[in-house]
Amino acid sequence: MKQFKGRVITPGEVTAEAVVTHEGFNTLASLQMALQFGDKEVKCGDQNNKELHGKPLIGKALCLPQTIGSTTGGLVLYCACAMGKNPACLLFSEHIDSLAAAGAVLADVWVDGVTMPVVDCLGEESLAYVKDGMTVTVKADGTVEVE
Amino acid sequence: MLLTKEQQAILDGEKGETLAKVMKTLVMYGEAFEAEKLVPITSSYNHLVTSFGLKVMSPVYDLMQTLLDAGVASGQKFSVDPRPIDKNVPANLLQNLVFNKFMYTKQSFYEDQLEKLGLLNKNAFTCTCYMDEVGNRPKKGDVLSWAESSAVVYANSVLGARCNRNSGILDIMGSIVGYVPYFGLLTDEGRKATWVVRIATTKKPEAQLLGSAIGMKVMEDVPYVIGLDQWIGTELDDAACSYLKDFGAATASNGAVGLYHIDNLTPEAKELGQSLIVEGAKEYVIDDAELERVKANYPVIWKKPDAKAKLCFVGCPHLSLQQLKDWTVNIEAALQANGRKKITVPTVLTAAPTVLEAFGKTEYAARLQAIGVITSYICPLMYMNNPLCKKMPVITSSNKLRTYTSARYYTDAEILSTITGGSAK
Repeated sequence: MKQFKGRVITPGEVTAEAVVTHEGFNTLASLQMALQFGDKEVKCGDQNNKELHGKPLIGKALCLPQTIGSTTGGLVLYCACAMGKNPACLLFSEHIDSLAAAGAVLADVWVDGVTMPVVDCLGEESLAYVKDGMTVTVKADGTVEVE
Repeated sequence: MLLTKEQQAILDGEKGETLAKVMKTLVMYGEAFEAEKLVPITSSYNHLVTSFGLKVMSPVYDLMQTLLDAGVASGQKFSVDPRPIDKNVPANLLQNLVFNKFMYTKQSFYEDQLEKLGLLNKNAFTCTCYMDEVGNRPKKGDVLSWAESSAVVYANSVLGARCNRNSGILDIMGSIVGYVPYFGLLTDEGRKATWVVRIATTKKPEAQLLGSAIGMKVMEDVPYVIGLDQWIGTELDDAACSYLKDFGAATASNGAVGLYHIDNLTPEAKELGQSLIVEGAKEYVIDDAELERVKANYPVIWKKPDAKAKLCFVGCPHLSLQQLKDWTVNIEAALQANGRKKITVPTVLTAAPTVLEAFGKTEYAARLQAIGVITSYICPLMYMNNPLCKKMPVITSSNKLRTYTSARYYTDAEILSTITGGSAK
């Protein structure tokens, strides 16, 4: 088990199974089709992301460097949260980007009853260590345990 | 974050609970980037990314309704991204059914919301709001609350305005309170380049391919591009602006670039030169082989990779008036060379409604129609954003469209050859 300490963007505690991408996570490309056409597992639709394409994202601990792509990214994330189809948490190895931050904040302020902890600045080592299927526990102070 | 008395009062709820939540959203957003203050928006107009009444986006329309019900409106008029449907664009019975009865059932409801919130006019639907014909063109140094990645990167890089890559919804929240958090691309420090990109190609690089390569490499960093001026000149004329529009859209969609500097060409690079490059900046050299490598690496997700194209989209982001004229001339010439009178693949050129209006007044419009090309104000991305299109072999010269859909990317020259019955695929 390894522990990493990051910065809390939106608070919460959760334990979930990791899905990992070492490339930028394109929120629109990853989520749009799944949300639109009712994919219950919310499988990643981004054809360019070879690590994630086709993998379920709902309820997972999504470990990523940053998000990329269209500026609809934040509102797509917000919609996913409002529809209860979001990842369990977002764990950024780098500083969070503006679109992911917007999505996290919108969900936190405007969606009742949804908790999606978002932690950033976990460091490159966190992304090198965590693998798909590992169990990730996020604590309220931004500590992330991976085993 | 240090707030002014007025900002703090809004946050404390003195102007109502909804406005307090809007302010809280902006403050939390800014705090994620260690912003120390909110600064006034100075542009005449805003630009929003959300133009589509997608049923699945109901939470967005609910939020907009919450704003309207609370009597909140945008302090600025705004333009917005293109409409998702247009009857001029070929669609079969099933597609029309899916578009009108399933996907975009909220379109008129949402457009009504946009009007109430401050839409500039009924024609203000385009991703290229900065075109002269549209009129939402910020001045150098203006602080914006825009979204739409291709418009933000253009405003920052070509016009010298200052705008972060704001998400949809955050865009309008900025202009509701009149402020945006001061961080990132709003600051002098945040506009410095952390990458040097050297162009070492033997010919003018394809704008959307070059942008893709750079976007994938630098992600959200700021690149300073050296050597491109030898191919596109040192003046921001119509051709250079069109090139940079397409280049920038690819950097923003294939990566997350919000600002680039082109040596000897873009305003800040002209003013400050290579002093914009930070010490220890990373370097990326792009030659012909690198562009070929990037292009060859794009996944082909057509069911039959050798299928004949059934539809072609050109104009994501929307074309300029000059680009519409150029495509007309080029298609005519290619048809003549191939001994044909009409295009061989249904082709849609997309542009802003007011650009199309201006184009309609030129002699080129009738010529383009005569060779079978369709023009539309549609957003090709929204058209293709459904499983029916996934099965359809669509080709495009837009790297943004390629990124988000099953459309297959070809260079402008390859597209031209294909749609005119030439030898290229």
